[in-house]
Amino acid sequence: MGVEMGRERIPGFELEGRDEDGMDRGILTLSVGPQHPGSGHFRLIVKVDGDMIVEALPDPGYVHRGEEKMCEYRNYIQNIPHLERPMIADSCGILYPYVLAVEEICNIAVPERAKYIRVIMAEINRCIFELYWLGIYGIFLGHSTMFMWPMADRELLIDLAEMASGARVTHAYFVPGGVRNDLPDAFPEKAKRHLLYFKNRLKEYKDIFYDNPLFQARTVGVGILSKEDAINLGATGPVLRASGVEHDIRKVEPYDVYDELDFEVITMKEGDSFARAYVPWLEMYESVEIALQALEKMPSGPVRTKLGPNPKGAVGEAFKRVEAARGELAYYLVSDGNPKPYRVKLSVPSFREIPVMAHLLKGAKLADMPSIYWSMNYWPVEADR
Amino acid sequence: MATVSEFTFSNFVKSVLWLLFWILMIVSLIVLPIIFIVLFYVPPPVINGVEINPYLLLTMLINPQVGAPLIRPTIESLFFRITVFPGFTFAALFATVLIFAERKTLAKMQLRVGPYHAGREAFWWANSLGGFLQLIADLLKLLGKEIIVPSGADKPIFWAAPAVLIIAAAGLIALIPVAPGWVIADIDVSLLAVFALLGFFPLTVLLASYASNSKYPFIGGLRALYQLISYEIPLILAILPIVILASTLSLTGIVEAQYAYWFILFVPIGAFVFFVTALAELERIPFDLPEAESEIVAGWLTEYSGMAYGLIQLANYIKMYALSALFTTLFLGGWIGPEFLPSIEVFNVQVLSSSEVSSIFWFTIKTFGVALFMIIIRGTNPRVKIDVLLRAGWSKLIALAFINVFIAVALLYVGVVGIGP
Repeated sequence: MGVEMGRERIPGFELEGRDEDGMDRGILTLSVGPQHPGSGHFRLIVKVDGDMIVEALPDPGYVHRGEEKMCEYRNYIQNIPHLERPMIADSCGILYPYVLAVEEICNIAVPERAKYIRVIMAEINRCIFELYWLGIYGIFLGHSTMFMWPMADRELLIDLAEMASGARVTHAYFVPGGVRNDLPDAFPEKAKRHLLYFKNRLKEYKDIFYDNPLFQARTVGVGILSKEDAINLGATGPVLRASGVEHDIRKVEPYDVYDELDFEVITMKEGDSFARAYVPWLEMYESVEIALQALEKMPSGPVRTKLGPNPKGAVGEAFKRVEAARGELAYYLVSDGNPKPYRVKLSVPSFREIPVMAHLLKGAKLADMPSIYWSMNYWPVEADR
Repeated sequence: MATVSEFTFSNFVKSVLWLLFWILMIVSLIVLPIIFIVLFYVPPPVINGVEINPYLLLTMLINPQVGAPLIRPTIESLFFRITVFPGFTFAALFATVLIFAERKTLAKMQLRVGPYHAGREAFWWANSLGGFLQLIADLLKLLGKEIIVPSGADKPIFWAAPAVLIIAAAGLIALIPVAPGWVIADIDVSLLAVFALLGFFPLTVLLASYASNSKYPFIGGLRALYQLISYEIPLILAILPIVILASTLSLTGIVEAQYAYWFILFVPIGAFVFFVTALAELERIPFDLPEAESEIVAGWLTEYSGMAYGLIQLANYIKMYALSALFTTLFLGGWIGPEFLPSIEVFNVQVLSSSEVSSIFWFTIKTFGVALFMIIIRGTNPRVKIDVLLRAGWSKLIALAFINVFIAVALLYVGVVGIGP
């Protein structure tokens, strides 16, 4: 069956299925993406009945670049820059488990100061990423000021990261055996100033954005993910914690010096879009606290273990995971004794949110699509690797 | 292959001479005969009993004071009022300034600078304007773009929609008085005519979306239909108390009824309801669901490109001017304000009196303030959902509007307000 529109039939206006009394149901198939302004490099095939989404089929893979295969042709150090590319907004987060895994497989000891520097940079990067995400979440809810403010405040933290690593976004700062270079002398003081300013600035976000009744009307009670569903579907990161599951790799399986620092795992019970947007905001406070503590406790000393020209791994395998800004990020590394890894497997949080997204979008309204889709913290480039 | 000849002074002079030659040829052989033919058949206009013939125009070039007494009759003519002031040129200029103010204000709210460079270095007077020429650049960009019509589109309706929208928006301008006596169409039922014109928009939007023959415009058109129709009822109900208090449907009469007190003092709820519904009628944030970018691309505008899109946007901004002006007229006392500006005189002949200049000033300032408030709301709010929008429209706004009507009737019964002086 088809609906006559204008002079010709359009594909997609087909009516699918019939009700019990034999009436046609008008189901419209929309291809949201990859050229839709609200989709990113990703496609959602959405079937709508009026304004209700009957079914949402995620279709990733538009930006696959074979990161895992590329790893097999480069040695351990050469792999560092290109492994950041899937998630340049959180480049420390995606590099962290790789560095940890290489250190285990090559049996490299890390100086104490480097561990603290890594934690500081990872937390600053977490804030950089969450601000980026918050801005994008705002613009897709139609709030243009919510896009600009986090983007502007992000600059302060980017300045810090640039001061430490020399690059604004893709730092390539973590290397097996520590960090690439030591922090400048002026870094701790400037970092404290910027982080404290940023902490004050976060309060204004709550007043302007989270307390806005229209923002709450868009997000509260939308796309509720129950605790059981969150666990069964494999949600991770802020999405999981917004559903009330207290799971954070920094606490569950502490790496580097996270066990020496005092912080809390943020959870909320609601599991709706608002909780998924509010948990990152609370986590930014914790990140600032962690970074400030690490700055206080940071010892002096070397920051990098001297490696040979072409480090070889022992025969064996390593599995390391960290809590990146979007959730649990794991690397599985197999070595056959050569300078190049035999196999590198990335388990990225974005890919794990796809079933959650399909589950939440089913039965939602079309107007709720952006608020659910972007609250998933889903990044197509990272998911496709 | 085309070769570029070397630049020499003789070549330059030669090309300039050729240019002058062709200009002379075209002017003398084509343009002048056409002008003479037209002048032969078209009778010269008569203003204030004076026939405006070419001889008089040439005289005015040398002796401008000859034309001074004719200025006032000219600006009182209907043609001038429709085309220049308070008609289309004024509205388009207002809309242009509004677009620039919107971009600058939003930029200030969002920790940005906004348009800054375009035209800054071009002219000495443009330095302080800082990017005002960006609007010209945008216009040129839109003019230069190809207008793509979808192959399955219903072409006559697709093309008619921008024209109908801009005509309906222009019709709104004709009814709004900007100063005493300064209105294009001073009819007794101008408030009803305003709503008749506003009724054009949902129909046109639905037809435009349907004629695009595409999915996202279709959804956007349906959303626009829901929104515009359900918000027209509170809009009309919000204005009912004004009619009760002023006892007239004429906009000029409504303004004159406010000489003692502005109506916003008596019916603030009505002003609120009118403002919210005006935002919904304009499809602006937070009510821009028919154009929600992240959901349905650009809604019913998706298939429009180039200057067709530009015309729709111009119509939208003219409508914004018209609704802000309507808010000013109905609630903020229209042109009423203290007379403080001097009269405008040309060669000792008065063109605009002091009260007229002040009236126009107050009207413009008030209208601009209302429009600026709409812009600020855009900067601080996200988009609402269709179910929230419809629930708010059908339950809360209509209830508020009814309460407002009761307040107005009570005020009239008590005798606090009535027909103005």
